[in-house]
Amino acid sequence: MHFGLTDEQEMIVSTVRSFVENEIYPHEAMVERTGQVPHELGEEIKQKVIDLGFYACNFPEEVGGPGLSHLEFTLVERELGRGSMALTHFFGRPQNILMACNDEQRERYLLPAVRGERMDALAMTEPDAGSDVRGMKCQAVRDDGDWVINGSKHFISGAEHADFFIVFIATGVDDTPKGPKKRITTFLVDRGTPGFEVREGYNSVSHKGYKNYILYFDNCRLPDAQVLGEVDGGFDVMNEWLYATRLTVAAFSVGRARRCFDYALNYSAERKQFGQPIGKFQGVGFQIADMITEIDAADWLTLAAAWRLDQGLPSNREIASAKLYASETLARVTDTTLQIYGGMGLMDDFPIERFWRDARVERIWDGTSEIQRHIISRDLLRPLGA
Amino acid sequence: MKVLVPVKRVIDYNVKVRVKADGTGVDLANVKMSMNPFDEIAVEEAIRLKEAGKADEVVAVSIGVKQAQETLRTALAMGADRAILVVAADDVHTDIEPLAVAKILAAVVKEEEPGIVLCGKQAIDNDMNATGQMLSALLGWSQATFASELDIDGDSAKVTREVDGGLQTISVKMPTIVTVDLRLNEPRYASLPNIMKAKRKPLDEKTAADYGVDVTPRLEIVSTTEPEARAAGIKVDSVDDLIAKLKDAGAV
Ligand SMILES: Cc1cc2nc3c(=O)[nH]c(=O)nc-3n(C[C@H](O)[C@H](O)[C@H](O)COP(=O)(O)OP(=O)(O)OC[C@H]3O[C@@H](n4cnc5c(N)ncnc54)[C@H](O)[C@@H]3O)c2cc1C
Repeated sequence: MHFGLTDEQEMIVSTVRSFVENEIYPHEAMVERTGQVPHELGEEIKQKVIDLGFYACNFPEEVGGPGLSHLEFTLVERELGRGSMALTHFFGRPQNILMACNDEQRERYLLPAVRGERMDALAMTEPDAGSDVRGMKCQAVRDDGDWVINGSKHFISGAEHADFFIVFIATGVDDTPKGPKKRITTFLVDRGTPGFEVREGYNSVSHKGYKNYILYFDNCRLPDAQVLGEVDGGFDVMNEWLYATRLTVAAFSVGRARRCFDYALNYSAERKQFGQPIGKFQGVGFQIADMITEIDAADWLTLAAAWRLDQGLPSNREIASAKLYASETLARVTDTTLQIYGGMGLMDDFPIERFWRDARVERIWDGTSEIQRHIISRDLLRPLGA
Repeated sequence: MKVLVPVKRVIDYNVKVRVKADGTGVDLANVKMSMNPFDEIAVEEAIRLKEAGKADEVVAVSIGVKQAQETLRTALAMGADRAILVVAADDVHTDIEPLAVAKILAAVVKEEEPGIVLCGKQAIDNDMNATGQMLSALLGWSQATFASELDIDGDSAKVTREVDGGLQTISVKMPTIVTVDLRLNEPRYASLPNIMKAKRKPLDEKTAADYGVDVTPRLEIVSTTEPEARAAGIKVDSVDDLIAKLKDAGAV
């Protein structure tokens, strides 16, 4: 067993770390205050990332990406997790799902996305269909050889910057012994398509500036050429590609937890009460010990899951465990750090209150903690007939 | 023209330094180590010379422990063409003194025959500010220290130096030793393609003995102490008050 990184991997980590510290941190307070990233700033960050060859670093060489392993890409995501998500969005990791593009779609979507010319967003969730993806109501029906779409999607991140959307839409129902089951198809929808509209969404306390939007389809007509993968093959596309985003949530959580922990560690060494650094009180010192233990555990769980993917081993359960544990660790670490800061932790003079707010969504999106536990337990119990 | 850039592996400038219990130095076990920031500037300048067509090869050299290999890989990932590692110590706490480093560098220069050696003006670990100058003396080459601008033109170089009270511009004969200051340039990040390429670039490993240089320390560290904690400041009500207080303290 070998737990070390290669020289290249160390350099990837240190380059991304310096990039986040120098190009992202200085703008964080402004993004937090204004709740948005100015267009020029986003473009400037994107251009720097393109110049550094890190744009779309989750893509293989055959389509113009750098061909990193899952482990290496996870290391990149971990370092990016330190920075504001609204800003690191421009570090550009298009949805892996675009690899499902056919030759013609490659030219229109995949390749421009990898080059940073077109940005994407992914839409699955609906007001009445969150964890229960199959419960979606947004539907496409056949009309004169095209698809006509009606319905809506909400909580769609990155929509303001997106040039096109990867949208999961119901295309029929099957009767099964367990009751009716929706068939789902993945569509590529360009911004500006008639009958398709992007509207402002809700205000979230997590990740200010990384806004969510609502998509409306009102008799929106799409030709077959906009179907990604097979008609009715939406779940195949999801299963083949969506694990990747869950692993990125785990990696994000570990990186953010480490940044937060450094604040806790330094503050407990510097802040004095009753004539001594508060870290000397066992009540605080033990919290430091528990935090670093959990962060290290979450880190290894995440890297091990990425390593399994690289080995081609079954990884679904391991990724779910990593996502579950890392996001919950981040919640505990940010909460404990805030407690160590006392009242000052709540003030926006320090980034702690922001880390604490940001952390909350990690246990919800890309599959709630409960859904991850469901995946883990079903993986273990189903083979036993339970 | 070939450019030789010596790079040193030092404690990362972000690390909070802790003095070792026995006072012989600072604790370097398990702390983040990086390329000396001034050396990064030297590597950047060398790569820019190459990009400008004024140099055709950039060779990075590091003298120290085996782990300095990582520092050299960073130089290669930034764009250096090849690297030479001279292993001169086993223990990460052993600092090779400037004279020994300069002697090894002089031997490397004889082998490599660069047209210019670009050094950092000092290493941030012990702030000796001596290696470049000693190397110049050993080789009998011209030297220009604390460079904030460098312009090579044929067999001479125009160097702007940051000196007390202003800038001084001098002309030196090539080949020359230039030690670089903070404002010369802003070093680039290693790009991902260059990081991946770095592994395939040649890195020769030598030892101090290969160059016949005795690296036994001549200096003895008597003690190392934490800097005194800064005394708490005070708040003043007005500019007049500030000036009065400064006058009292004899500062103006
Ligand atoms: C800021 C933000 C950005 C988002 N961005 C996107 C995006 O870009 N694209 C996109 O498609 N979606 C996005 N989402 C949606 C996100 O993935 C969903 O919020 C998530 O899947 C949960 O769905 P829900 O909010 O409808 O909660 P629900 O599914 O209604 O869940 C409510 C509660 O019930 C629990 N629950 C549900 N089912 C079970 C079960 N079987 N067993 C036990 N407990 C259960 C849940 O764990 C949860 O606690 C985003 C969400 C947020 C908050």
